[in-house]
Amino acid sequence: MATTTDSPSTPAKSAESGRSGSPPVRRIAGPDPASRGRGGQRFILLGLILASVYSLFPVWWLIVAATKDQVGLYQSNGLWFSGMHLWDNLHQLFTYEDGIFLRWTANSFLYAGVGSLGGTFIALATGYGLARFDFPGRGVVFAAVVGSFLIPIALLTLPLYLMFSKIGLVDTPWAMLIPCLINPFSVYLAKVYTEATIPFELLEAARIDGAGELRIFFSIVLRMMTTGGATVFLLAFVNTWNAFFLPLTVLRGEENWTLNLGLYNWTGKRAESGIDVTSLVLTGALLSIVPLAIMMTAMRRYWRTGVTLGALK
Amino acid sequence: MIRSQRWKGAAFTVPFQLGFVFLYLLPIAYAVYESLFQEKRSGLGLGGATREFTGFDNYQLGLTDSAFMGSILRVVLFACVQIPFMLLVSLVLALFLDALTAKAANRFRIVLLVPYMIPGVVAAIVWINLYSPAVGPLTPMGDFLGFDWNFFAPSMVWPSIGNLLTWHGIGYNMVIIYSALQGVPRELFEAARLDGASEIRIALSIKIPFVRAALVLTGLLSIIQMLQLFNEPALFRNITPETVDGSFTPIMIIYNQAFNAGNYQYAAALSVLLALILGVASLLFYRLTSKEVD
Repeated sequence: MATTTDSPSTPAKSAESGRSGSPPVRRIAGPDPASRGRGGQRFILLGLILASVYSLFPVWWLIVAATKDQVGLYQSNGLWFSGMHLWDNLHQLFTYEDGIFLRWTANSFLYAGVGSLGGTFIALATGYGLARFDFPGRGVVFAAVVGSFLIPIALLTLPLYLMFSKIGLVDTPWAMLIPCLINPFSVYLAKVYTEATIPFELLEAARIDGAGELRIFFSIVLRMMTTGGATVFLLAFVNTWNAFFLPLTVLRGEENWTLNLGLYNWTGKRAESGIDVTSLVLTGALLSIVPLAIMMTAMRRYWRTGVTLGALK
Repeated sequence: MIRSQRWKGAAFTVPFQLGFVFLYLLPIAYAVYESLFQEKRSGLGLGGATREFTGFDNYQLGLTDSAFMGSILRVVLFACVQIPFMLLVSLVLALFLDALTAKAANRFRIVLLVPYMIPGVVAAIVWINLYSPAVGPLTPMGDFLGFDWNFFAPSMVWPSIGNLLTWHGIGYNMVIIYSALQGVPRELFEAARLDGASEIRIALSIKIPFVRAALVLTGLLSIIQMLQLFNEPALFRNITPETVDGSFTPIMIIYNQAFNAGNYQYAAALSVLLALILGVASLLFYRLTSKEVD
C-alpha cells in the first residue's frame, strides 16, 4: 500500500529474497548458538510446535471426520479413525441431489478460473501502463486503485445486484464473472511487479528496433512477467474460490452456486428440515480445500512472494 | 517520453478504467442516489409502493438505529480484543522463526500457513463442528478437564468466533511480519550483542521497532476485515439462530435490510455509513500508529 512507503525493503529486493526463500545474508550468519542459551532455543521450538499443533489439529480432525460414517462421526473419538467410509461418503456426496455437488465444483472452477484469467490479463496491462508510462491522469487511476481497498464489499455488491437485476444478469454465471475482471489489488500487484522486472532501457531498446507498443507488451512484457502474472492469477483464483458475499447476493438458483454457497446451505439444512447432512458437509469441505492446496503447493515460491510483496509495498 | 507513447501507455489502462467506472464508481453513485429515497406504502399496501425523495432521512434513521449502531460497537469492541491478541501471537511467532536457521524456519512457516490456505467458509464449518457438543472433540475434552463448555452460548459466541478468526489469520500476519524482520540489517544484532544486549532486549529494542510498518499494515487490514465481518457469523447463525441474530454485525444488518426486508434504500444508506466509518477508522488508526515514527 502507498501508506507504507517507509517499509524496510525495496520491491526488487523483496522479490529477490522471496524467490530464493530468504536473503543470502541469513544463510551465512544464521543464529549464533554461542550467544543464545540452549534453554532459549528449546523454549522457542516448544512455542512453535504448540502453534503448529494448534494450526493443524482442525485440519487433521476434518480429514479423520471425512472417513467416518454418520454413526462414527457422533460416537467415536474425533481425533482418531473409526472405520473407513471415505469412499461411501464420496459416493454419497457426488450422487446427493443428482450430483449437485459436482455442479458446484464445476461452477467454482469456472468462476475462479475464467474470471481470474481475464482479471489477470487486464491487471497486467493496467499495471504495466501505470508503471512504465507517464500519462496525464495516471496518479488519479492509481489513487482509485489504492482507495478502493477501503470500500466495504456491501457498498459495491448491493447496488451491483440491483444493476445486474435490471439488465437480467442476476442468477447467471456472468454475475460472478464480470466483477472478477476488475480487481484493484491485482492491478496494484502487477504495477509493483512491473517496476521490479521491466527496465525502462529494455523498452527503449525495443522501440529503437522498431517494435510497436502492442508488440512490446505481448512479446516482451507478458513473457517477462510470467512469474508475477502467475502470482496475480493465483491470488485472484484463491479470492474468487473463497468468495461468499458476492455469490450469496447475486446467485439465486442452486444450479449456479459455488462450493462455498452449497456448503453454507447444507449447514443450515438441519435446522430447516431436520435432515442431518453433517458427514456430507465435512467430506465436501475437505474436497473444496483440495484444489487450493494443490495450486498453492505447485506455486509455492510464487505466491509466497505475492503475499508478502503485496502486503508490504 | 514522446507524446504518442504516453497515450499508448494510457491505452493499456483503458479496459481497467472502463471496468472500474462500471463496477465501482457507478454502483457507489447508484447506492448514494438510492439512499436518498424511501419506499412509502399506502395503508393496506394495495396501491403498491410509491417512491419519495427523502434526502438524508435514511442516514438519520441509520445513525439513530440502535441495532445498527449496536452492531458497530459490538464489532469494534471485539476488534479491540481480537486484533491485538492475534497480532501479538503473530509477532511472537515471527520473532521465534527469526531465531531459527533458514531451513527450520521455512518448515514451520509452511505449517503455520496451512489455516490461511483454507477458505473462510470451510474454516468456519470445521470450527463449528469442533465446537459442536455432538460431533466435536472439544466438549468431551472440556468435560474431562472439568469445564462445562458451551461454545454457542451467548457469552461464548464471541470468543468462539475470535478463536476461529485468530486461527485463520495468524499465519498470514506472521508471514508479513517475518518478511519485514528479514529486512533488518544483521550487523545491528552483532553490534548490540557486542554491547552485551540480551536476545530479548534485541527483539524489543531493534526488531519490533523495525517491523512497525508491517504491524501497522496488518492491523489496518484486520480492522478493515473486522468491520465487514459476515461469513463466520452467517455460518454460526445457521447453527444457533437464537444466539447469533440477524443484526449481529453491520453487514448482516445491511444484507437483511436489502434481501429480507426488501428495503434497499435503507440498506444503501447503511452501507454508505459503514464506508465512512471504515474510512475514518482506518485514517485514525494510521495516524495514531505512524505518528510516533517521525
